[in-house]
Amino acid sequence: MNAIFNPGDPVQVRKGSPPGHIRTPFYIRGCRGRIERIAGKYRNPEELAFGRFDAPIVPLYRVRFRQQDVWPDYLGNLEDTLDVEIFEFWLEPSNLNNI
Amino acid sequence: MIRDFTRRSHHDMGGQKAGQIKQIEHDYELWEKRVDAMLVLLTSKSPKLMSVDQLRKGIESLPPDAYEKMTYYERWIFSITQALQYNGLLTTEELSLKMEDVQSRYETETA
Repeated sequence: MNAIFNPGDPVQVRKGSPPGHIRTPFYIRGCRGRIERIAGKYRNPEELAFGRFDAPIVPLYRVRFRQQDVWPDYLGNLEDTLDVEIFEFWLEPSNLNNI
Repeated sequence: MIRDFTRRSHHDMGGQKAGQIKQIEHDYELWEKRVDAMLVLLTSKSPKLMSVDQLRKGIESLPPDAYEKMTYYERWIFSITQALQYNGLLTTEELSLKMEDVQSRYETETA
């Protein structure tokens, strides 16, 4: 499975909260950021968690967010960023460029 | 009324309010080192008997109260046990008999 996003692409994290083993932290769901790098391909850990050791191989990205976009009451430097590693199936393209 | 039981799992606490972190080192007990070694062996490729992701999933399935009260390696051994039961490597009966055996040996040796 080839990566559909490239470094610099704006993305939005899906907001889902299904029961299961979720590898996208709650606090980052729904946030918008940019692809910082493609971080490789791995078997889907959300399926490995249920003992399906032949789970499909999926792309992983490092996504960079502005701290002020993650925490509504952020008091630090407006330039501060936060990197989170997120699997492709948790990401959607974002057409907004102000991130 | 929306009843939402899966919105944020208890373990997924990034960004939640928290107190001071106690920055102290502590030694591991022998059983804790054994549990760590056991996971390394169980998750090795040949044969792969469980996944680290199963370990995590099992820990996340603990009720919030147990999650808070159990120590790090207590959570690990709980989850390893459950994964081996799910994966068909350990029956509940085997586990029960072995636990009784160990308990009686402990009582004899410490009597």
